Amino acid sequence: MTRSLPWGPMARLVGRRAAFAVPVLLAVTFGVFAVAEASPFDPVKAYAGTAGLTASQENLDQLRANLGVDKPLVSRWWDWLTAALHGDLGDSSTLRQPVADAIGERIGWSVLLATTAFVLAILVGSALGVLAARRPGGWLDRCVTSLAYTLEAAPPFWLGLLAVWLFALHLGVLPAGGLTDTSSVAVTAGQVSRHLVLPAAVLAVSQLPWFVLYVRQGVGDALGDDPVRGARARGLAERTVLLKHAFRSGMLPVLTLVGSRVPELITGALLVETVFSWPGIAAATVQAATSVDFPLLAALTALATVAVLLGNLLADLLYGLADPRVGFDG
Amino acid sequence: MADTEATTGPGTAADPVTRWRPVAGRSLAGARKASRSTRAWRVGSSAAIVTAVVLAVLIVPPLVALDEQAVHLADKLLPPSAAHPFGTDDVGRDLLVRCVYGLRVSLLVGVVAAVVATVIGTAVGALAASAGGWVDRVVMRLVDVFSSVPHLLLGIFIVAMFRPGVWPVVISVALTHWLSTARIVRAEVLSLRSRPYVDAAISGGASRWRVTVRHLLPGVLPQAGLAAVLMVPHAIWHESALSFLGLGLPTHQASLGTLVQGARSSLLAGDWWPTLFPGLFIIVPTLAIAGLAGAWRDRINPRRRSELML
Repeated sequence: MTRSLPWGPMARLVGRRAAFAVPVLLAVTFGVFAVAEASPFDPVKAYAGTAGLTASQENLDQLRANLGVDKPLVSRWWDWLTAALHGDLGDSSTLRQPVADAIGERIGWSVLLATTAFVLAILVGSALGVLAARRPGGWLDRCVTSLAYTLEAAPPFWLGLLAVWLFALHLGVLPAGGLTDTSSVAVTAGQVSRHLVLPAAVLAVSQLPWFVLYVRQGVGDALGDDPVRGARARGLAERTVLLKHAFRSGMLPVLTLVGSRVPELITGALLVETVFSWPGIAAATVQAATSVDFPLLAALTALATVAVLLGNLLADLLYGLADPRVGFDG
Repeated sequence: MADTEATTGPGTAADPVTRWRPVAGRSLAGARKASRSTRAWRVGSSAAIVTAVVLAVLIVPPLVALDEQAVHLADKLLPPSAAHPFGTDDVGRDLLVRCVYGLRVSLLVGVVAAVVATVIGTAVGALAASAGGWVDRVVMRLVDVFSSVPHLLLGIFIVAMFRPGVWPVVISVALTHWLSTARIVRAEVLSLRSRPYVDAAISGGASRWRVTVRHLLPGVLPQAGLAAVLMVPHAIWHESALSFLGLGLPTHQASLGTLVQGARSSLLAGDWWPTLFPGLFIIVPTLAIAGLAGAWRDRINPRRRSELML
C-alpha cells in the first residue's frame, strides 16, 4: 500500500475551494452587518448602558462618531473586514477583552470537545450500524433503529440535563459541568478529562443516530451486492465478509457525508457547551447573543462558516482518496 | 401502500433465489417487506398520536377551564401522582397542563415557520429552475452560501439582533429552513420540464410563466408538501433550542423550550420530572410526524423507499 497520493489534483481542489470561500465569507460577513443594520439594536446605547439614558445628544453623537457607527453600512463593513485581516476583530463587550484573544483562549476547548465527541460517535455509530445491518429486521436491528430515531428526535440540551441528573446528581460519579473542580486552581489533564466525559458523551450521542442509520444502510446494501455473495461462495468466514467486504464498501457513502456534519456538530456544541458550562466558543456565542455583543457574534459567525467550508473540503478529499473513481473534480 | 407490492416478488419466501440465501445475506429491502404488518402498525400509531396531539392543543385549552399559570406554592415540586400525572413545577403549576400549552405554542411556531419556509423555498426553487441561465446559477450559489452557516447560529444571530419573541423566532426558523426545499423543488422542476406534456404545452404556445404555474408547480406540490410536513418537527426543535438558550419566547410563556429552561434549577436540586416530560413532548410528536410523512413519501414515490429519512 505505498500508492503515492495524488497531490496535484488534491491541491487543485483545495485551490478551487479557497477561491469559493472568499465570496462566501464576504457575503456572510456583509449579511451579518446588514442584519444588524436592519435591527432595532443601537450599538451606542448598548455601549453607554444606563448612562445613555441621561447623556446629552452631543455626547451621544460624539460617542457615535468615536465608535464609527455613524458611517454607512458598506464602509463600516469594509473597515471591519480590513481590520480583521490585520488580526483586529474589535473588542467584546461581554468578555471585556479583544475578540481575537477571547476566541484564542476558548477555541482549543471547543475543538477538544467536538473532536472527542465526533470520534466517539463515528466509532460507536459504525459498530452499531454494522451490528444492525448484519440481520436486517432482527431484534438487534429493530432496537438499534428505534433507538436511533428516538435519539435523533431528542434535543441535545434535554439529553444533557438528564445526563447531569443521572450521573452527577443521582449517582454522583461525574462532575456536572465546568472544566475543573471549583476548588482546584490549576487546569490539570486529569481534571479536564473527568469533566470532559459527560459533555463529550452527550454530544456524541446527539450525533450518533445519523451515523448508525447511514452505516446500517450502506453496509446493508453492500451485503446484498455481488462481491459479498462471491466472498460467501468462496467460503470466507462471516466475520471477514462483514468487515473486509461489506463494511469497506458500505462506508464509502458515509465518508463523503462526514464533513457535511460540521454544521450539526456546531449546533450540538452550542447547546451542550451551554448545558455543561464548558468554556468553549460555542458557549461564548450564546453569551454574546443574549447580551447583543456584536463584534464577538460577527467574528464567531464568520468562524463557523470557515469551519463548515473546511468540513466540506475534508469530506471531498477523503472521498476522492477512498474511492479513486470519484476523483477531485468537485 | 401495501397494494404496490407483489406477493411473489424478490425478497418473499416464494422467491427461490431468496430461499437458499444465508440469513445474514438478506437484503434490507427483503426485511422491509417482511415487516409489512409492523409498518401498518407504525402508521396507525403515528396517526393516532398526531390526532391526539392536534386535538389536545386545539380543544383542551378552550374547553377545559384549566389555568396553566395558576400558582399553588403549597403544591410545589410534587412528584407525578394521580392528581398531577406529570407532577408540578417549582411554583406548583401542573406540568401536564403546562406541557399541553407549551406544545400548543411550539406547534404553532413550528407550523407557521414551516409554511413560510416552504413558500420561500418553493418560490426560489421554481424561479431558479424555470429561469435557468445566470439567474439559476446566482440563486443556487446564494443557497450554497446560506447553507454554509450553521442553522442554529444564524437563528441565534437573527433573534439576538431583533428582540426575542414569537415573530423573530418564526422568522429566524423560516429563514434557515427554506434551503433544502429550494433544492428539492428546483431538482423536481428540472426533471418535470423534460416530460412530454410540458413540451406539448410549450408547443401549444403557453408562456414560460404559464408553464411554470399551471404545469410545473402542481407536479412539485406533493414533494414540497412532504418537505413542509417534515420541517414541522425541525422547526419545533429549533424553537425549543432557541427558547432553551434564552433567545426564544419569553420565560413566562410556556413553550417546550422554556419549560426545559425553567426546570434547570429544579433539576439541579434533584427533581427530574419538570425536565423529563417537556422533552418527551418534543420526541413523541416528532416521531409520529416522521412516521406519517414516511408513509406519505412511500405512497408518492415508492422508488425512493430505501432512502433514509432524517
